Amino acid sequence: MSYLTRRLSTFPLVMLGVSVLVFVAIRMVPGDAITAMLGTEAGLLTPAQREALANYFGIDQPIAVQYWHWLLGVFRGDLGISVTYGKPVLGVILERFPLTLQLALMSMCVALLVGLPAGVFAATRNERMSDLGVRIFAMIGQSTPNFVVGLLIIYTLSAGFGILPTMGEFTPLLAHPLRNLGQMILPALTLGFAFAASVTRISRSAMLDVLSDDYVRTARSKGVPKRSVIWRHALPNALIPVVTLSGVEFGYLLGGAVLVEQIYALPGLGRLVLDAILQRDYALVQGCVLFIAFNFMVVNLIVDLVYVALDPRIRLGEGG
Amino acid sequence: MTPLLSVSNLRVGFGRNPLENEVVRGVSFDLQAGETLAVVGESGSGKSVTALSINRLVDFGGGKIISGAVNLTRTDNSVLDLAEAAEPVLEKIRGSEIGMIFQEPMTSLNPVLTIGRQIEESFRLHRGLTGRQATAAAKDALDRVRIPDAARRLKYTPNQLSGGMLQRVMIATALACNPRLLIADEPTTALDVTVQAQIMALLGELKRETGTAMIFITHDIGLVAGIADKVMVMQAGEAVEQGTLGDVLDRPQHPYTRHLLSAVPHFESGRAARSDYVRGQIKEAKPALKVDGLTVRFKVAGSVFRRSPGAVHAVENVDFDLMPRETLAIVGESGSGKSTTARAILGLVRPTRGGFSTHSGRIAAATDPSVQMVFQNPYASLNPRLRIDSILAEPVIAAGGRVNAETRARMAALLKRVGLPENCLERYPHQFSGGQRQRLCIARALMLNPSIVVLDEAVSALDVSVQAKVLELLADLQREYGLAYLFVSHDMAVVERIAHRIAVLYAGEIVEIGDAASVLSNPQHSYTKRLISAVPSIDRRNQHFELDTRQVPSLVRPPGFEPPATQWRSFGPDHRARAEA
Repeated sequence: MSYLTRRLSTFPLVMLGVSVLVFVAIRMVPGDAITAMLGTEAGLLTPAQREALANYFGIDQPIAVQYWHWLLGVFRGDLGISVTYGKPVLGVILERFPLTLQLALMSMCVALLVGLPAGVFAATRNERMSDLGVRIFAMIGQSTPNFVVGLLIIYTLSAGFGILPTMGEFTPLLAHPLRNLGQMILPALTLGFAFAASVTRISRSAMLDVLSDDYVRTARSKGVPKRSVIWRHALPNALIPVVTLSGVEFGYLLGGAVLVEQIYALPGLGRLVLDAILQRDYALVQGCVLFIAFNFMVVNLIVDLVYVALDPRIRLGEGG
Repeated sequence: MTPLLSVSNLRVGFGRNPLENEVVRGVSFDLQAGETLAVVGESGSGKSVTALSINRLVDFGGGKIISGAVNLTRTDNSVLDLAEAAEPVLEKIRGSEIGMIFQEPMTSLNPVLTIGRQIEESFRLHRGLTGRQATAAAKDALDRVRIPDAARRLKYTPNQLSGGMLQRVMIATALACNPRLLIADEPTTALDVTVQAQIMALLGELKRETGTAMIFITHDIGLVAGIADKVMVMQAGEAVEQGTLGDVLDRPQHPYTRHLLSAVPHFESGRAARSDYVRGQIKEAKPALKVDGLTVRFKVAGSVFRRSPGAVHAVENVDFDLMPRETLAIVGESGSGKSTTARAILGLVRPTRGGFSTHSGRIAAATDPSVQMVFQNPYASLNPRLRIDSILAEPVIAAGGRVNAETRARMAALLKRVGLPENCLERYPHQFSGGQRQRLCIARALMLNPSIVVLDEAVSALDVSVQAKVLELLADLQREYGLAYLFVSHDMAVVERIAHRIAVLYAGEIVEIGDAASVLSNPQHSYTKRLISAVPSIDRRNQHFELDTRQVPSLVRPPGFEPPATQWRSFGPDHRARAEA
């Protein structure tokens, strides 16, 4: 039985655990869909009306029964109907997901394109002024909340250069690529900034370790030029921690970035989840969390496969 | 004739202020084409830094050449001062005119690149070869270092090869572009003695084939005799003596050279074995430790979907006894099971079968204060955050005792006995040298007044001249306290100095056991013979080792495997060896 199938076979188990947790947790939050929808007017409902509504939403039954019904649905590929949108949950999620995926991918590109070279550069200039500069910049990047970065970018562009970021209705990538990129580039930079800072720091320290390894000295003794020593011999050995970090951050971004979506008015997964919680849209919250958990597992699996590609010493399937 | 390499008055320092941290203080030597110079010295003598200064790799370790010249005669007969050369020039020279091999083959090759690519790299850089040509050249290079099945091995990554194989790959890489100078920095120190013999043989052969000049750096003066034409002895950054091999080894002038030659344990084929205890002299004595059919097997992990392929038979049916005042040395190479045997006796590993009993009658030695141990690495086996008095108090506390005035008096007495000043009770481990730390470890082992001390490679991490002193101390303590030693080591020269009896372990089994002088001077089992003939000795000048490419057999056996019963043959009153087919 191959490693891949074994790993995939653990997926349903984890998802089951996640679903139970979220199912119970969301119901422990005070208030329900009826109150969330009608607000104070919910108090005006007669018990009969309230019961009818509860029956309509399916929240009048014991939790275990509700869970069982929901689970049966999930097995049929039906995540339930969103109360707020009046549409199937899966459809609502899939509508939002391309944006979130695109944003996460773009942020990761920014992070790797900026962070890796910066980290490698700093490591080769260890303890010199340029190293210090990179480290301070990385520190700032890591410690600045991303809504601050987002607002600063918007402010600088509009007040400083008179350029306003493209706002308005979100355009999918395939519908109008240029317009889409115009809308996405600033959010990606905003999210990528802190991400890049983490990548810089971790790749710098990993490179520093690797550059003092014996095989780097061997490469130099063969007359390998400095540039090849760094990029061909050292960097592949320093990538494992970078991949680990990028995987975790990427998985996190796939869950949506609430603040940045809010600032740039993007209809991503983050805002969807937030709204669903505020609206007590149980089916939608459950669907979203399940979907995010699934993505996280897929990302982790990809990270493990990347490890194997990077380092022949790592074998999959041993020791679990 | 202009020498190939002429180093004059080389001074090298480290750090921001190289003048204050001078490590090499004015070293000069000449090397003719095809000649081999051995540089001998202890750690910190500056021998490696001298070598790394020649190809200027020292720059990358924070070193700086303060003054002096390193003149290399290049292939086109022009002379270049490497001490002044710019980095791009040096990159052209490294690998093409100067090759280098290092101490640790396991870490000196890039773990993520195939060995083929790593060898090819030299050809690509210096010969401009690409694609098939580079691959073919790499295969030839592997053939040259006698790696069987070279074409297939090119696709291996370093983790798939043994240490000896990797060192051959290193040699192949270093010699790829036929450099006229090869720098070998302790190339065999990390290897087993029989593998060391093979690498030395290979270097000797290649030297004759290619006419490469070599700088061979080592702390083991015994190795020098086998390969060098000239010898330079270094101490504290200076070359204290230089000369031809014969002059330096037979007519040493400098006191330090004489000290190295006399104080350092050399292997003398059993002539230097101890004679202060002979078995059977005291008839009524009971053994301090009796080991009976000790077997340790580690099950190879299977998984839910795969059956376990069997077990590693690390130690198989080992029997011996150890008398008070006696040292039994367990010798063998890595993977022979010698450390596992020691660990089982300490109770750190559970025996699969068989067992042992100590004088005090207890079986589980982990709780038996009469068995104590000293480990290999004195830098790692003392907790750096504890003061020496706490370190010495540990065994007492572990045995359920109390630290009182009596304990403190014993600490002071033991420290004095192992040759450390009494005021060191308030100090921390980092304030001591390696030799002093090992003395601390010995003092710690003696705190509970044990009858048996297990010494696992107890002097291997120490400098050679310190080794001799620690061995002397161990012998004195043994007589004084009537200790029984179980001395685990791979170093035959050290074993000869400390052991009364020797057990040779091979693939988890004792293949030969008996009186030290008898085993060392008259080995009977083919493995013992191979092991002993591999030990370098100053008596064997430029002797050519036989190349032997046999590999150690796998110890993984199928489930339920039981080895056949052993046939022993006796050779004298206390000397027996396993019968061979």
